[in-house]
Amino acid sequence: MITLEVDGRSIEANAGETILTALKREGIHIPTLCYMEGLPPSGACRICVVEVDGAPNLTPSCSYPVAEGMKIRTSTQKVIEARKTIVRLLLSNHPDDCLYCSRNGKCDLQKLAQDLGIRRRLYHGKKTSRPMDVSSPAIIRDPEKCILCGRCVRMCEEIQGVSAIDFIGRGSRAFIGTAFDEGLNVSSCINCGQCILVCPTGALSERSYLNEVTAALADPDKMVVVQHAPAVSVTLAEEFDIKAGKDVDGQMVAALRRVGFDRVFDTSFSADLTIMEEASELAQRIKTGGVLPMMTSCSPGWIKFVEQFYPSLIPNVSTCKSPQQMMGAMIKSFFAEREGLDPSKIVSVSIMPCTAKKFECTRPEMAPNNIPDVDYVLTTRELGQLLHMFGIDLNAMDEEEADTPFGERSTAGKIFGASGGVMEAAVRTAHYLLTGKELPGLEIQPLRGLKGAKELHIEVDGLKIGAAVVSGMGNARVLLDQVCDGRDDLQFIEIMTCPGGCINGGGQPLGADLDAVRARMKMLYKIDREEDVRVSHKNKWITRLYDEFLGQPLGELSHRLLHTHYSKRDDLLQ
Amino acid sequence: MTDTGIDLILEKHSGAGRDALIPILQQVQAEKGYLSRETVARVGKHLNLPASKIYGVATFYNQFRFHPLGKYHITVCRGTACHVKGSGKVLDMAMKQLKLKPGQTSRDRMFSLEVVACMGACGLAPVVNINGEFHAKVTPQKLAMIIDQCREEELTNAEG
Repeated sequence: MITLEVDGRSIEANAGETILTALKREGIHIPTLCYMEGLPPSGACRICVVEVDGAPNLTPSCSYPVAEGMKIRTSTQKVIEARKTIVRLLLSNHPDDCLYCSRNGKCDLQKLAQDLGIRRRLYHGKKTSRPMDVSSPAIIRDPEKCILCGRCVRMCEEIQGVSAIDFIGRGSRAFIGTAFDEGLNVSSCINCGQCILVCPTGALSERSYLNEVTAALADPDKMVVVQHAPAVSVTLAEEFDIKAGKDVDGQMVAALRRVGFDRVFDTSFSADLTIMEEASELAQRIKTGGVLPMMTSCSPGWIKFVEQFYPSLIPNVSTCKSPQQMMGAMIKSFFAEREGLDPSKIVSVSIMPCTAKKFECTRPEMAPNNIPDVDYVLTTRELGQLLHMFGIDLNAMDEEEADTPFGERSTAGKIFGASGGVMEAAVRTAHYLLTGKELPGLEIQPLRGLKGAKELHIEVDGLKIGAAVVSGMGNARVLLDQVCDGRDDLQFIEIMTCPGGCINGGGQPLGADLDAVRARMKMLYKIDREEDVRVSHKNKWITRLYDEFLGQPLGELSHRLLHTHYSKRDDLLQ
Repeated sequence: MTDTGIDLILEKHSGAGRDALIPILQQVQAEKGYLSRETVARVGKHLNLPASKIYGVATFYNQFRFHPLGKYHITVCRGTACHVKGSGKVLDMAMKQLKLKPGQTSRDRMFSLEVVACMGACGLAPVVNINGEFHAKVTPQKLAMIIDQCREEELTNAEG
């Protein structure tokens, strides 16, 4: 332990840590722009400077290590002036259009300017002029709002292992872009949207489909059906300034009805359906000597990733569509038939914690006969905006239940929202399918938690099963390389694109730190603990769906509606 | 997609790491005249580097080009001495005559335009270099004439 003196009081710090982390633990807030929790500091923006006695200049707290007896002053006139100058310089090359900006009210730069009391433009200069990149179905980039902090670049490279974007050019002409400055749609971008979560300004945002959805809601000839993903109900409250970790499932269903959706379905139902198909596929692959380890296919960022970077592993990926697409397929087949509706009269909307889902629903293989399974995808953030637009206060809603036939779920489908959840749900059902008995205790602790890579080795009826769970594509690369090098003790791998799973998806409410993500995760497992139906195969409506329509898992109809295939992407610039 | 020129360069750098990136790009450019999307992808596969990273590094330096050179490659010096002697107007004239911006190549691949910081021929300022040949004390009018001469030469070549 090291003792520091900060603003006249004494605090303790660990040897080797930076001034910033020590101060943060003590509740002393230092503003940051380029700093990223858990990554080595880049020290680029200098907004976190403090005064250290004996140092000739101001010291960047994010990158300077603590030392015994160090005397630090965090908000002297000199420090405040330096921070003001930095913000003024950033603003000198920033559009003054906060009112029209997607980040208005949630922007780090705006907050800094407000906190530091900057009231007029002090520096005038030539502003960067670059066109917006609107080529991607998922992510919009506005280079004019970029302050070059580099957080998106580091997220894309160091956490996700994708490197779709980097700094291009140098000096005052530098900007962030893809290889050969082409559109994101032809780059190696996997649409995960993690860059949006770390962007301090409005330079990155999701492509919004709110206009299309509100137009459909207003069209009397359309039946507008909505599904919501497992990880949405535990984060939506944050859009209404409620602390992370509250579940608002019932209120959200009521709010969606109030907005005008004709039916509200729960994607956790189709997560249960995914488990029935996927567990059967796994059992079949094990019995018939199919390609192993089988890899999950729920996460569309990961699907594009494997198509680009590991095409040799495509046969390992489960042929199951994701729960979103399974629900979409069921809505436009079974549901349409049941309601006596032409599928083209149905507008299928889904609320997802994800930006890659926007890309997924545009994939040609997800539109049999040119009728897309899912028409529009909104993120949790967009749903928050839609409710605000319609003047709906989530807190004032009485809880309501989702509609039949796709409103009922097991908690196994619900925990899909956290990394490890799909695997846990699959193991519960696979255990039942293989032994005829329920898994004792049902909970599988080694698969839970926010660690990037988790493993489980169990024996079911003498059959050794190795299961691995990874989240974040950087972590996935490590495991995939082992598989490519011949590692053979694994039968089943769950891969989630976003670190921690969908609870930390690229479409989730902004400003969540690790504690907030953990709170979201705990809520999912609390739901699992407290409800009665905890395995997918006990979901009554799943049983009815197979009895009345699908026949059996992996049957002919399942194959046509619920399964698909993926193929190598020959994008030139990866 | 095989290209023996590039294969030979990459062979010389077998097992190389990311520190070999700039020498490889220099050699590729010397061989091909510019860095194409294909060559960037090839070099990326060889060094296990993403294309965005290579493009980022290459655009940091003035020496790398991303378009093929024209038959007449015109380099206008914008160093201090040339600037004082009016190279700004010379460059304006070049851009107007060729309808090109620095770094671009005309569609018929006849002309390409480039700006450099100093050619070390300050006594001759303003200097313009065309295909390695120096032109001294170039005025905008003189440059327009030189460009016309190039065009005429092409016409006679085509007829003859």
